[in-house]
Amino acid sequence: MEILMAFVVGILFMSATYLMLSRSVVRIILGTTILSHGVHLLLLTMGGLKGGAAPLVGENASSYTDPLPQALILTAIVIAFGVTALFLVVGYRSYKVLGTDNMEKLRGNEGND
Amino acid sequence: MKTSDLILQTATKLILFLIVLFSVYIFFAGHYTPGGGFVGGLLTSGAILLLLLAFDMKTVQTILPFNYLYMVALGLLFAIGTGAGALLFNTPFLTHAFGDIHVPVLGELHLHTATLFDLGVYLVVVGVTMSIIQTIGGDE
Amino acid sequence: MINFLILPILIPLITGVLLIFANKSIMLQRWIAGLSAFMTVVVAAMLVQKVKNDGVQTLNLSNWDAPFGITLVSDMLSALLVLTTSVVAFACIIYSFKGIGEEREKFHYYAAFNFLIVGVNGAFTTGDIFNLFVFFEVMLMSSYVLILLGGTKIQLRESIKYILVNVISSALFVISIAYLYSVVGTLNMAHISVRLSELSGISQPGIVTIIGVLFLIVFGLKGAIFPLYFWLPGSYYAPPVPVMAIFGALLTKVGVYSIIRTYSLFFFEEAGYIQQLLIVLAILTIVGGLIGAIAYWDVKKIVIYNIIVAVGLILFGIATMNQDALTGSVFYLIHDMIIKAALFLLVGLMAAIAGTSNLRSMGGMIKRYPGLGWTFFLAALALAGIPPLSGFVGKLLIVQGGFASEHYWGAAIVLMSSLFVLISIMKIFINGIWGKPRAFENEERVPYKKLLIAPVILVILSVCYGVGADFVYPYISQAAETLTNTNIYIDAVLKE
Repeated sequence: MEILMAFVVGILFMSATYLMLSRSVVRIILGTTILSHGVHLLLLTMGGLKGGAAPLVGENASSYTDPLPQALILTAIVIAFGVTALFLVVGYRSYKVLGTDNMEKLRGNEGND
Repeated sequence: MKTSDLILQTATKLILFLIVLFSVYIFFAGHYTPGGGFVGGLLTSGAILLLLLAFDMKTVQTILPFNYLYMVALGLLFAIGTGAGALLFNTPFLTHAFGDIHVPVLGELHLHTATLFDLGVYLVVVGVTMSIIQTIGGDE
Repeated sequence: MINFLILPILIPLITGVLLIFANKSIMLQRWIAGLSAFMTVVVAAMLVQKVKNDGVQTLNLSNWDAPFGITLVSDMLSALLVLTTSVVAFACIIYSFKGIGEEREKFHYYAAFNFLIVGVNGAFTTGDIFNLFVFFEVMLMSSYVLILLGGTKIQLRESIKYILVNVISSALFVISIAYLYSVVGTLNMAHISVRLSELSGISQPGIVTIIGVLFLIVFGLKGAIFPLYFWLPGSYYAPPVPVMAIFGALLTKVGVYSIIRTYSLFFFEEAGYIQQLLIVLAILTIVGGLIGAIAYWDVKKIVIYNIIVAVGLILFGIATMNQDALTGSVFYLIHDMIIKAALFLLVGLMAAIAGTSNLRSMGGMIKRYPGLGWTFFLAALALAGIPPLSGFVGKLLIVQGGFASEHYWGAAIVLMSSLFVLISIMKIFINGIWGKPRAFENEERVPYKKLLIAPVILVILSVCYGVGADFVYPYISQAAETLTNTNIYIDAVLKE
């Protein structure tokens, strides 16, 4: 299972890198989303994929899964959600103001003269 | 072309209350079982989002005239206030108090200040989600 | 009062929330922001004194014992940095009253500013590695808002890059935490330290070195070390002056602080490889920053590249890892936070008067603005480290430590860097402040005297910090002692 997860994480990272290297801002934002998914999956895998019961009161099981990675992932997901939303708004605003979503045209040289 | 969304609108009027009720249930269930302010808040914002899809932003603004940014701030105030309440008793920040209280009609009640904290989370989640949706969707 | 160490985080947090409600009245916002910033300074100063008298302060949030809950830890280093942050924030808020513009003030500028301080103070105080990530994110989110606020073209353009870089570095941060968690199974930094030293007793697992390098990349991106500082000059150039000052003074330093904290606690066992890497990177950072600082003719860019030089200097002190160099690093870290904020505010004022930040179209400001000229002169000397000003003691100790651990080349470059920093900053002085007075277009509209208050406060503080080094030294050496002898920190957290 861990091996499979490693491959999935690798594929997610690969696609994220590919998307983030493109020129369009929207693709870049999608890339960051996929990157964060890969990261969360990695965090889950790293916490151990033991098949215990859910760590809840009243589950009389002999072994429980580690709840900590899940709590961490929830936090990380919320943060990634907020950042992605903000990033989308910024991308949209800059498209309206600057008239392009091509990163090549967003090179800045002011103040360098 | 004006599209007819009669089915969606009628269905929304019914389903909306179910979702909101369910979100309230989830909110209170979060004390010892899965659920809580975060999920409850997301469900509620989902309900409002459905309303936004069925009707338009102006209508929804008149039905629910909230300033969502203030809602976020109010939620934060609840959460921080609950946490900072511990400072008055010289216990570490975010320490919660709980106890059983006998209320005449309702019987034994298990009260916990974590619920207040969760209410803050609920408000923050609804506020943040809705202000994001308004910012992205509000622009024609 | 066991909750004392959380107050520097709590006060800005509550202030930020109240400021959201108060967005209608600018005057009310200014009063709340100013008063709370002052209160934070007072509380932070009291915290430093408390740590001095009673040793490391810890607080287990929600009353969950360490290492299970989140622990906040204030040792001398964090307390001092929290105090410096509060002072710098106070000065920047005073400057903002006249320097940021009502347009931005209406759009929750002070609220975002306070949340930024929450993030920075929190990152300095927390004793939990994941909580450090959360406070980083609080800080970054507010910094996104601050860098965007106003929405000019250059701001939008640069903020896309800034956000992208930080999203990637945050992803890497979570990855390194995931690896670390799978190795040690805990998140409490003191506990991680204990577990790691148990591990290395058995065998020397290579994974720890990998985690160390990953952390170095993460914090290097935030703290702008070579070659990861590529994003910094562009991004810091975009926002208005007070925001630039707070970014330049604080954000990179949070990265540097995290390097100090994690390397003293986690990776001291891997000293060989990571230490060599750090020393090489530190020297390259210094050189890279110097090249930029000398090459540019833009006042803001010159100061921005000087941030990178300072990061390199501090990093060199950390990498040498002996008592002298660490004391020097901590001394220089605090000095740099104060003086960089002052310099940014000063060059911002110059740029506001001249209507441009290009040095070629400035000149002769000392005739009409003697206060500005001399304050800048003092700040420049302090930055370059002319005795008895504050930069001197830190650099002296870093160089001493470098020679003591036989890193002669590095120490020599640190010494040389002072000269080049002096050249770069004197370029501003000679071309901008000396010379033939020019008439500038909009200079009447700049509220010069009111804007000068904040940098003057900071420069006076910096001078006192240097002249009163004898008085400050016990505090600094206590901070460095916790870094070399981490058992003090660990025992305080785990209460063994």
